[in-house]
Amino acid sequence: MAYSTIADDARPMHHPKTWVGKYVWSQDHKVIAVQYSVTAVLVGVVALVLSDLMRLQLAFPGMLKFITPSAYLQFVTMHGMIMVIYLLTALLLGGFGNYLIPLMIGARDMVFPFVNMLSFWVYLLAVLVLMAGFFVPGGPTGAGWTLYPPQSILEGTPGEHWGIIFMLASLAIFIVAFTMGGLNYVTTVLQARTRGMTLMRMPCSVWGIFVATILGLLAFPALFVGAVMMMLDRVIGTSFFMPALVSMGQQTNYNGGSPLLFQHLFWFFGHPEVYIVALPAFGIVSDLISCHSRKNLFGYRMMVWAIVVIGVLSLFVWAHHMYVSGMNPYFGFFFATSTLVIAVPTAIKVYNWLLTLWRGDIHLRVPMLFAIGFIFTFIHGGLTGLFLGNVSVDVPLSDTFFVVGHFHMVMGVSPILVIFGAIYHWYPKITGRMWNTLLGQLHFWITFLGVYAIYLPMHYLGFLGVPRRYYALGETAFIPHSAHVANEFITIAALIVGAAQLLFFYNMIWSYFRGPKADPNPWGATTLEWQTPETPPGHGNWGPKLPVVYRWAYDYSVPGAPQDFIPQNVPPEREPLRPVT
Amino acid sequence: MAVAIVIAALVLVSIAFPLFTPWWQTPLISNWHSIDSALNITLWVCGISFVVLNVFLAYSIVRYRHREGHRAHYDPESVTLERRLTVWTAVGIAALLAPGLIAWKEYVTVPKDAAVFEAVGQQWQWTFRFPGKDGVLGTVSSRRVSPDNPFGMDPNDPFGRDDVLVESSEVHIPRGQPIKAVLRSKDVLHDFFVPQIRAKMDLVPGTVTYFWFTPQRTGTYEILCAELCGVSHYTMRGTMVIDEQPAFDAWLAQQPTFAQLVAEAAPAAPAAAPTPVISVN
Repeated sequence: MAYSTIADDARPMHHPKTWVGKYVWSQDHKVIAVQYSVTAVLVGVVALVLSDLMRLQLAFPGMLKFITPSAYLQFVTMHGMIMVIYLLTALLLGGFGNYLIPLMIGARDMVFPFVNMLSFWVYLLAVLVLMAGFFVPGGPTGAGWTLYPPQSILEGTPGEHWGIIFMLASLAIFIVAFTMGGLNYVTTVLQARTRGMTLMRMPCSVWGIFVATILGLLAFPALFVGAVMMMLDRVIGTSFFMPALVSMGQQTNYNGGSPLLFQHLFWFFGHPEVYIVALPAFGIVSDLISCHSRKNLFGYRMMVWAIVVIGVLSLFVWAHHMYVSGMNPYFGFFFATSTLVIAVPTAIKVYNWLLTLWRGDIHLRVPMLFAIGFIFTFIHGGLTGLFLGNVSVDVPLSDTFFVVGHFHMVMGVSPILVIFGAIYHWYPKITGRMWNTLLGQLHFWITFLGVYAIYLPMHYLGFLGVPRRYYALGETAFIPHSAHVANEFITIAALIVGAAQLLFFYNMIWSYFRGPKADPNPWGATTLEWQTPETPPGHGNWGPKLPVVYRWAYDYSVPGAPQDFIPQNVPPEREPLRPVT
Repeated sequence: MAVAIVIAALVLVSIAFPLFTPWWQTPLISNWHSIDSALNITLWVCGISFVVLNVFLAYSIVRYRHREGHRAHYDPESVTLERRLTVWTAVGIAALLAPGLIAWKEYVTVPKDAAVFEAVGQQWQWTFRFPGKDGVLGTVSSRRVSPDNPFGMDPNDPFGRDDVLVESSEVHIPRGQPIKAVLRSKDVLHDFFVPQIRAKMDLVPGTVTYFWFTPQRTGTYEILCAELCGVSHYTMRGTMVIDEQPAFDAWLAQQPTFAQLVAEAAPAAPAAAPTPVISVN
């Protein structure tokens, strides 16, 4: 390689001297990754509880007296926002991005460790401001996670005085945190790769996180300006999104704004956001599938290009969320076409995962079970996306439970299965200990079967026309009694899946203290993070000398090799001669 | 191994579900067969892809599960295979997109002879307006909305005087002719949703939106709001009655015009205009 990497910089690293410096104000990417992940998972538990409360209301309307119509909408809103932004985005980029990028590309740390630390603390502030929304007068906003104006800042919507302000402020702070982290990830990938780690030798995990971060840097500013403009509308009475209108029978002073402008800004962020979550999951699951089927990732170059193409296209499909929004209906032709075009690179990814399994040597360990579960749920969620992307098919289904079923399958369940798989996969490296297999398997089975029981029936309720975001269905002629029974069934499944996550937490916490010591490379993986001199990796990751990379990340079961994997840092001459064929 | 069997079983469940489900599209009462057939084509293409891909997944897991002495093949890529898969996927996608776009062309093209009615949304009720015998809806403005003038009508606009104002959540429309639903909101976003029609559209304050359909079956149907509009969103219901033309005319004749309402409010004013009849053209 002609360039010298930042990671080769001979200056001494910032070494923490105290416990606080090491675990609290830490600049080590691995500690920051754990801080990000634990915070994201904790706030995710809040969102999980909210979802079970929503389900209880839908199945047994009025049973829990504290779930009023206002509270229900507040739960809907906070559940959605927490899951999408504060859990999935933060965990996949702040958590896995931080942990994996430097280790997988052979760097000692992120290139801007201090900014990286700041990113976490600002993220934590965003989470605290968001949670503070629960305690302000009127409670958090209940405008739906899309926060559509005018209703999000008008009377008749819960939290229209204070909740919405806290929500918008928290989002703006989150975006500041994301930008600090994101610039770091992109710069690190571009500048700090070790010798021999060309872009086309990077593991797919890094590719997914890298492209997702670029998308985030392009898309989050749209949400940021949307949040600032709505804040101005709410606080000082500007009219960016507010036309002349009546609120609760009273004339208002708003004049001349456009509610659709907000929807465009929101979805210009919102659709790439789907891929900000999906691309890291795609990348990580590619590595899990390859490693545990002991076979090279099939069609690596195509997989990388698919990630890049999906990333680019995802910036041109946002208005497929707005087919019935009242925008100029002729936009439908363009956005339906661009949306369905995205299905092609996405389908290629699915084919290549399947072809990676084909003629492999599949070890059904717990991380692999989650990866296989992901393939199933993602095929399901991806295909239902073809209904909603195809403009006229979307019309009867939009704002029904079909949409709820679809996006939970594709961007809720699927990435979360990958996250679980990834946690089980890298846990031995992160903690140096092994988890309990039986508990892991139990966790997988209940979660996987449970989510299908939850979301499959929702698609059919959507065909029927059952609307989403309804506090209660009441007596509606076209909704038969059996649909109410379905609601009870779904709720019971959701409660079981929610409770089953305790198995995961118990397993992770117990194993951290009592689990057996893990091998440095228990899965026989090729990528650099498994080749560190210490497990868990020490500060600076690599000891005195950086690893040098000689090969791609997928040399599994190479013919003639003594083992069924060759790590990326093994030079070619140490490899025995291949038999002449 | 177990995971392969379970995936195969889930595929069977997913095939059986649509065969036995009591939840399916409501009977269609409008002209939007093209939407239903685009949906059915999508369902078949996606359903077959779902089965094929998952059966391949389950089979691969069984066939290539780890056994002692077994080793994976080294198989980096196959440009031919990947190219073929890409092309066939693109063909399949185009086959889905075409009927979707054809139906959308119809959706955005309102027939010239369509009758017009207006649905007005406010938190959390529906009201309606018909254009009267001149066939033109009078000018409205949200600045004029008040308890005395809930529709925000302009008293000086001659086109508005014969507009029929329905201040109830029940609206009647005639069967058998295309009708354009003009949608207007006084406050926040709403969405005019009658599942049996299939077509729907948001109501957006500050602008007027629309969609069209041809009612083909008489009957009484519920109107739901399908865009979150605040705490009582779920109670924002209306009723749409599709009548034969004579019954519709009789119903419309009983509804007051704007001029009549103005006259009632101010008894000294001259007599109201004669009862209008909806005009189609």
